[in-house]
Amino acid sequence: MNEKKEPLLRAENITITFGGLKALNNVSLEIYPGEIMAIIGPNGAGKTTMLNVINGFYKPDEGSIFFEGKRRSKDLKPNQIAAQGIARTFQNLALFKGMSTLGNIMVGRTMKMHSNPFSQGLYWGFSQKEEIEHRKKVEEIIDFLQIANIRRTPASMLPYGLQKRVELARALAAEPKLLLLDEPMAGMNLEEKEDIARFVLDANEELGYTIALIEHDMGVVMDICDRIVVLDFGNKIAEGTPEEVKATPEVIKAYLGTAE
Amino acid sequence: MAFFFEVLVSGLMVGIMYSLVALGFSLIFKASDVFNMAQGAMSLFASLALYGFLEQFFHFPFWLAFLCTVGVMTIIAYVIVFVVLKPLVARPPLMLFMATFGVMYLLEGFGQSIYGTQAKGLEIGIPDNVYEVAGILISTFDLFFAVIAALLVGGLAWFFQKTRNGRALRAVSDDHEAALSVGIPLLKAWYLTWVIAGVVATVAGVAWGTRIGVQFSLSLIALKALPILIIGGIDSIPGVIIAGLIVGAGENLGEVFIGPYVGGGIQTFFPYLMALVVLYFRPYGLFGKEIVERV
Repeated sequence: MNEKKEPLLRAENITITFGGLKALNNVSLEIYPGEIMAIIGPNGAGKTTMLNVINGFYKPDEGSIFFEGKRRSKDLKPNQIAAQGIARTFQNLALFKGMSTLGNIMVGRTMKMHSNPFSQGLYWGFSQKEEIEHRKKVEEIIDFLQIANIRRTPASMLPYGLQKRVELARALAAEPKLLLLDEPMAGMNLEEKEDIARFVLDANEELGYTIALIEHDMGVVMDICDRIVVLDFGNKIAEGTPEEVKATPEVIKAYLGTAE
Repeated sequence: MAFFFEVLVSGLMVGIMYSLVALGFSLIFKASDVFNMAQGAMSLFASLALYGFLEQFFHFPFWLAFLCTVGVMTIIAYVIVFVVLKPLVARPPLMLFMATFGVMYLLEGFGQSIYGTQAKGLEIGIPDNVYEVAGILISTFDLFFAVIAALLVGGLAWFFQKTRNGRALRAVSDDHEAALSVGIPLLKAWYLTWVIAGVVATVAGVAWGTRIGVQFSLSLIALKALPILIIGGIDSIPGVIIAGLIVGAGENLGEVFIGPYVGGGIQTFFPYLMALVVLYFRPYGLFGKEIVERV
């Protein structure tokens, strides 16, 4: 069914080497609009590297990224790529520690909604109406992720699980075309994982976001994802629906251990 | 007792003027992670430029001369970011720091070659009277600049807390990568930061140029900024202001009350002593952000 649609993002023959290590070796993948896609693999497989290439932090040595059908130019900067509609969260959290929850989410919102915050030259003031509009949307996201009671708390003082949620809120605030989540459930207990899984599902089903995520919890991945790409030592070793991937012998050997 | 307060008050006023210089350092460090050795030279160049517009090359009225000086400092800020920061973006901070030394020498050299090395008096019509308030003598000159400094700091605080651009700059100073990932253009953020620092340097240059004359030791005022930044925490604007007050008051009080016992002339290094003490108890400064690494 998904094969008929045009991919939102296509990575073609991505190769990237760091020093002597080939982090990604000729990896191609597609992300289709409206799906939740997982990138899985053992530690060191190149998953975060792949996300960094998609989001523009790394430039691949070979290969190209196509976003919405157009080839991405080599000298596009990460903030320009973000402005095109790609938002992400980070494995080790990258919140603005000095700001409150609200501040973090507002930054995520306002920066994207105006293609360039400095595009109007030295714009010292702010338009009241615009700000109110954005504030409304941010409040919706805060309600959606149930973080209303920590709005004013400085991000550095939040417990880990809530920090992850605030980072997710910041990414959602940009209303991105593509949402990249790097291990959104790392370090959480079962209850917290179920919460985040529910939010991710809601974001996809109710709000229509296209999501690509890296995750280690196989139960979660099999439950919520439409398609999975498996990486191992920089190579793509499998791709398909959860059932297909579960049954692939290479995957079983490299990652899942004994057949589930 | 009144004498104590007099010394204290005049120290506080001087302290605010020191803060003006330290503010520039803090702004740039917060946004670009660079310790700008050239900040003092920027203040110096600003006051030279102002003198040039007022007396040496033109005879503009003050408001015009000030605007022109701000314009000149804006251009200098752009040039510094474009020529020095942009090529060195990914390099270690130490390299950027050394580059700012280069900028410092360049600015001082240019200042000399364009404006000459003589000390110049800057007369801009600020009332220089002495009033007596509750038995304490207060100079209107100091008061004037204390008010200006307060307005400037208030304006900066409003800018950083309430405007979109200000929020963007705070985000950049907090986490470069995260700022990039939400679409903030790093280079433009730096331009804006350095321009603001240039404006702050202009105000500081005007203040000090009027106080002690436009002379090349102005760039040495920057050395007073170092203990302020250590005491207050380099990345905290309120910290810089309060530390400035502490240093100003401290050096005055120290010179007057402790000086006679140790031979006098201690006001130059007394702030450094204070900084040493603060470093012992609070290495990040009184208000600086404590860097907590997640293990």
